[in-house]
Amino acid sequence: MSTFWIILTGALVASTCGIVGCFLVLRKMAMIGDAISHSVLPGIVIAFLISGSRGSLFMLLGAAVLGLITVFLIQLFHQSGVQSDASIGVVFTALFAVGVVLVSIYTKHIDLDLDCVLYGEIAYVPWNTIHVAGIDIGPKAVWGVGLALLLSIVVISVFYKQFKLCSFDPAMAAAVGIPVALFHYLLMGLVSVSTVASFESVGAILVVGMLVVPPATAYLLTDKLGRMIAYSVVIGCCSSIIGYYVAYLLDASIAGSMISVAGVLFLIALFFSPTQGVLFRKFKQRQLI
Amino acid sequence: MFEWLKVFQDPNVQWILFGCMLLGVSSGVIGSFAYLRKQALMGDALSHAALPGVCIAFMLSGSKSIFFFLIGAAAAGIVATFGIGFITRNTRIKQDSALAIVLSTFFGLGIVLLTQIQHSGNGNQSGLDKFLFGQAATMMLSDVIIIAVISIVLISICALLFKEFKLLSFDPGFARGIGYPVAFLDQLIMFLIVVAVVVGIQAVGVVLMAALLITPAVTARYWTEKLGLMVVLSGLFGAISGLVGTFISAHGRNLPTGPLIVLVATAIFVITVIAAPRRGVLSKMMLRASVRKQVRQEQTMLQSDRREKAL
Repeated sequence: MSTFWIILTGALVASTCGIVGCFLVLRKMAMIGDAISHSVLPGIVIAFLISGSRGSLFMLLGAAVLGLITVFLIQLFHQSGVQSDASIGVVFTALFAVGVVLVSIYTKHIDLDLDCVLYGEIAYVPWNTIHVAGIDIGPKAVWGVGLALLLSIVVISVFYKQFKLCSFDPAMAAAVGIPVALFHYLLMGLVSVSTVASFESVGAILVVGMLVVPPATAYLLTDKLGRMIAYSVVIGCCSSIIGYYVAYLLDASIAGSMISVAGVLFLIALFFSPTQGVLFRKFKQRQLI
Repeated sequence: MFEWLKVFQDPNVQWILFGCMLLGVSSGVIGSFAYLRKQALMGDALSHAALPGVCIAFMLSGSKSIFFFLIGAAAAGIVATFGIGFITRNTRIKQDSALAIVLSTFFGLGIVLLTQIQHSGNGNQSGLDKFLFGQAATMMLSDVIIIAVISIVLISICALLFKEFKLLSFDPGFARGIGYPVAFLDQLIMFLIVVAVVVGIQAVGVVLMAALLITPAVTARYWTEKLGLMVVLSGLFGAISGLVGTFISAHGRNLPTGPLIVLVATAIFVITVIAAPRRGVLSKMMLRASVRKQVRQEQTMLQSDRREKAL
């Protein structure tokens, strides 16, 4: 039974991150996803200090706000003349440093495990459950990530055309009257929510893997956005399931195994993809000669 | 006032101070070239990718020798560098996605190896996970010596190959045209970044090492248009960050050194963005104000002239 809950949580994390991650990859914003996932730490700490509790809602809100603040600061420094990649690097490392300092200062009172933030511990999911009217309705993480997934699906379904146009041709999107900045921050908000919902399972750093690796793999397999999203979800879920059993065999971190398996799937697509694969391209070149 | 300085009489604090300053200098110097070539986040990817190298080195050597860790991390960093280059050159995936893919995949593999080591019952494993957050406070004389030697070598290479790196940063096409081995120099810069990252991981950890590569370089860029001066300023800002960060950490209650060094570097950066001559926010505002004032004066004179002519 615990196996089921762990795999389910992994699949939900993979689906949530896979959907949102497609747009990050297409918009060349993979490292902003990285920045947001690192900035989760101060958001969580500040939310804890303000609310005094580790309830999911406060954590979610705090981290989402910090995610948006991260994006805003990156944009601010970029407009001040700093190179885009440098402004990303400066902002997220500074925020992460703030988080570590805050945790150290309040280490006597705060119940946050730094290793858990970085590594995640999906194996504990089955024992952390929610009770409503005395009835056990399942692990908290499953509900948290499930709600994040639902939110992502709803928002992206409703505004699919806008997100698609903003990803491929932001200039045209602006010309036809779509509020590009609004959808930019909406996407960043979704990334923040996905990140904070997932961090307890796979950790703040490995979330980047879930956000980027399955979408990049899907990007090598198809030219259509809808299909890319579907492939991304499937690849992410496969990574979760295979990763769990690999971790079981090796007696190692489940989250780490999931990302490693995703990396292997990416390598397979990199070399053997029917349209974008390295080997296929070489074969085609030889044919042309 | 001298009460504050007494803390530096402690030999342990002196070592940490010296080590962190050297670290700041070397990462600032090499970070300048990374920044100019728009590869600021390469350091971030490489520092994360170093984790499996450290774990493999531990597995093979069975000891926690920093020397073996450096070799392992350097090897992993080099593999990651080639991986990023390969993905970018052979597919339609852009460099930022390639960075994120390599970063997270290597880190995931590192976590797998790390947890496997922790479960294996090897009693000599404790402290391995401290590489994530850095442990400046536990640096010893031998660590400082290693950092010192590597920093000096790194700075020497940058000084000796300065004009090659300069040309490569600004005009790689021309460099190739006049016969410089551009690919080799490119990989050499990558290798130097790997070395700087590997040395820094011990003090400030995997995540924050990227900051020491990026922040001093960006800050220095605001103060000058000359590369030579920029590199020197970058190293200087790195050293100041190391010095002040260690100082605050030594005096503060339970404050970690690595994050404080990064926060000092960031504070210097923010002050620079606001107050730097010619490129800072305040300078631009003053410039706009003076131009606006000048235009208004000219318009006033123009109107006066028209009135006189009308009369």
